[in-house]
Amino acid sequence: MRREFTSSSSPADRRLNALVRHLATASIESRTAVAFSPTSGFHGDSVFSHVVRAPEDPILGVTVAYNKDPSPVKLNLGVGAYRTEEGKPLVLNVVRKAEQMLLNDRSRVKEYLPIVGIADFNKLSAKLIFGADSPAIRENRVTTVQCLSGTGSLRVGAEFMARHYHQKTIYIPQPTWGNHPKIFTLAGLSVKTYRYYDPNTRGLNFQGLLEDLGSAPSGSIVLLHACAHNPTGVDPTLQQWEQIRQLMRSKTLLPFFDSAYQGFASGSLDQDAQSIRMFVADGGECFVAQSYAKNMGLYGERVGALSVVCKTAEVASRVESQLKLVIRPMFSNPPIHGASIVATILKDSNMFNEWTIELKAMADRIKSMRGQLFDALRTRGTPGDWSHIIKQIGMFTFTGLNSKQVEFMTREYHIYMTSDGRISMAGLSSKTVPHLADAIHAAVTHLGQNNS
Amino acid sequence: MAIRRAFSGRIVDRTAVVGARYMSSWWRSVQPAPKDPILGVTEAFLADPNPDKVNVGVGAYRDDNGKPVVLECVREAERRIAGNLNMEYLPMGGSVNMVEETLKLAYGENSELIKDKRIAAVQALSGTGACRLLADFQKRFCPESQIYIPVPTWSNHHNIWRDAQVPQKTYHYYHPESKGLDFAAMIDDIKNAPNGSFFLLHACAHNPTGVDPTEEQWREISHHIKAKGHFAFFDMAYQGFASGDPERDAKSIRIFLEDGHHIGIAQSYAKNMGLYGQRVGCLSVLCEDEKQAVAVKSQLQQLARPMYSNPPVHGALIVSTILGDPDLKKLWLKEVKVMADRIIGMRTALRGNLEKLGSPLSWQHVTNQIGMFCYSGMTPEQVDRLTNEFHIYMTRNGRISMAGVTTGNVEYLANAIHQVTKSA
Repeated sequence: MRREFTSSSSPADRRLNALVRHLATASIESRTAVAFSPTSGFHGDSVFSHVVRAPEDPILGVTVAYNKDPSPVKLNLGVGAYRTEEGKPLVLNVVRKAEQMLLNDRSRVKEYLPIVGIADFNKLSAKLIFGADSPAIRENRVTTVQCLSGTGSLRVGAEFMARHYHQKTIYIPQPTWGNHPKIFTLAGLSVKTYRYYDPNTRGLNFQGLLEDLGSAPSGSIVLLHACAHNPTGVDPTLQQWEQIRQLMRSKTLLPFFDSAYQGFASGSLDQDAQSIRMFVADGGECFVAQSYAKNMGLYGERVGALSVVCKTAEVASRVESQLKLVIRPMFSNPPIHGASIVATILKDSNMFNEWTIELKAMADRIKSMRGQLFDALRTRGTPGDWSHIIKQIGMFTFTGLNSKQVEFMTREYHIYMTSDGRISMAGLSSKTVPHLADAIHAAVTHLGQNNS
Repeated sequence: MAIRRAFSGRIVDRTAVVGARYMSSWWRSVQPAPKDPILGVTEAFLADPNPDKVNVGVGAYRDDNGKPVVLECVREAERRIAGNLNMEYLPMGGSVNMVEETLKLAYGENSELIKDKRIAAVQALSGTGACRLLADFQKRFCPESQIYIPVPTWSNHHNIWRDAQVPQKTYHYYHPESKGLDFAAMIDDIKNAPNGSFFLLHACAHNPTGVDPTEEQWREISHHIKAKGHFAFFDMAYQGFASGDPERDAKSIRIFLEDGHHIGIAQSYAKNMGLYGQRVGCLSVLCEDEKQAVAVKSQLQQLARPMYSNPPVHGALIVSTILGDPDLKKLWLKEVKVMADRIIGMRTALRGNLEKLGSPLSWQHVTNQIGMFCYSGMTPEQVDRLTNEFHIYMTRNGRISMAGVTTGNVEYLANAIHQVTKSA
């Protein structure tokens, strides 16, 4: 057992002596007394000595590996954080402006927010996703609580369902964001999958989706990516969404929307919210997790919102009170900074417009990268059909490359991406597209056509 | 059918979507939750129009004008941060800089343990988040263990370990008759708990009682906890705030470290840096060696990832900016002492006023107790009278947040307390 005394041992010795003296006179029953010395009575084992090291998070681990690589041509296409043409992170001008406004307002304080967060932020977030004229909002049937970005909103919603909903199974698309199953499992739900991605077409397996949702037990929870599916970039068409909605309502399946890319997918906030609004318009209930990480570039500030659309205002009020019981023992109340920025922007029509313009610029740059990569592969005569690159939508492209090909690209070309073949288009620039195209070309020609 | 139609309030259009309008809410059996006992007090206070109202409920610092305070060192840090840095995701374990500085505060500026990299530490969502992560970690890796929580304690402690599904027991702490520490009973409880139990200890400025063990008592507590192989988990939410000296306020922790315990610590910057709403804190677990610390940290991150992925950056930047700059750190230490001193001054004033009013009761505990809170000893009924008759808001356990007491309201408060207790 190590002695943790400081370098000058005499104060420690003095303390030790004092304690020994104290014990000699203390009223401790002799039969329970333990001879005190630093090396006895305490076996020195940590109660956590059996804990083994956890594997790296597959997504965040990519950036860790990238950072370690000294190569000057390395490319990080792992985590979905937007980069400019210069490969730099971007803080939106309108965000900087909002931050300055907050900073200059000396009357602002840092008090605890209410458990549910900033009231303005919640109302404005609901308006943003459901539409200002949404009947659900007008009828007060929506409760919205501020949470820690998309992750936090999903977790709080799932914990609520695990406590209050009669069905404890959630169906998630195959594939989905790697963190989804962990969130739901830890919240106390059991996780099943429904078919989603068709590797052959690199598009939607719509038949499979309908079959799997159709055979789910009545009342099951279904996770839906509102737009810009992560990791595939494959979204249902509006007609397909309508069919999904009808099926789900007929089977009383509960929709849980994950909206992490509103405005980022098509460039239009309203268009990217269509799927959700369709469901709300039919008068039914649903959960929505909103994130401002990407569309406002607020990643590390952890800004998001969970909305629950209920049948009546009275139910919404009760639901909100129970959501608070989930939040209080998790983090008590949400962080103030990022949500203040969002509220500042959303409530000012000029700033809101500025935001939509900057948002569209990000979305357009991504679309341009898609076009450039597609053209570059075509120019190189890379074998295979690469049209999915321009058909898929949002930040990610599911290239169809298999893990061996990915490994090859990392080793030989210093391209960092997740092993499922997902690349973040936001990490590309006109300058780096040729390098990526070379890497894909080499991987496909050396290791055969992708079969995944 | 008819009931459902009435519920949805309109006639179903059969040619439109099937199903949705027929259904009543999935949540119709959800019960309204009770209000949080602490945060509900402020809500009630805000709703009260009476001009004499006093809020001595939630533990958030107020200056002598009853106003919330943003520390100057914090304002300066924010000026430096704004416009300079991006808002990228922090690692899952949070800001490395912030965590490093935070460990120094708890473990000592020159701690060998830090140098030896034996401490697994992650940024957490203030004290609540740190406790929750530890509770989830305990559930996952010591599933047979239970947590011993002092009576009384911050009410949210019970919620946290309950939601983490860790069985809880209590240990004696507050002695109502003396309004001090029930030391003998506390030691008994430590001895009687099954070996290897987890003990939640308030490092300083116990919430809600303000009653702390003496240094000698801490040494004995440490000795008995060690004899039973218990895990000591310190919730330190008031370092610097209790005595005005952060080093002094960490004494209990340092005693345990000297005794060789592998402790855990939840640290919060909510009060001592006034960063309440920023949610900045740290969870640390002292391990046998660096390898184990790496393993434990990785597992803590596995619990954080499905909860919030990575912690908020802004508050962490404020902390690391302040603690990383010697001048700003000095300013912070000065400002913390000012806050602590004002509270100590208010304790003296409140006790003095009560004694001047000729209260038949002893109010010694008001100045014996330490930190933000005073456990007045008033009953829930007396508290209700304070609220209904005098518009004074506090939690029904009789806990007074001294931070809400000012030279402007201390006489009014003393008089009200005297009125409801003089015939007790």
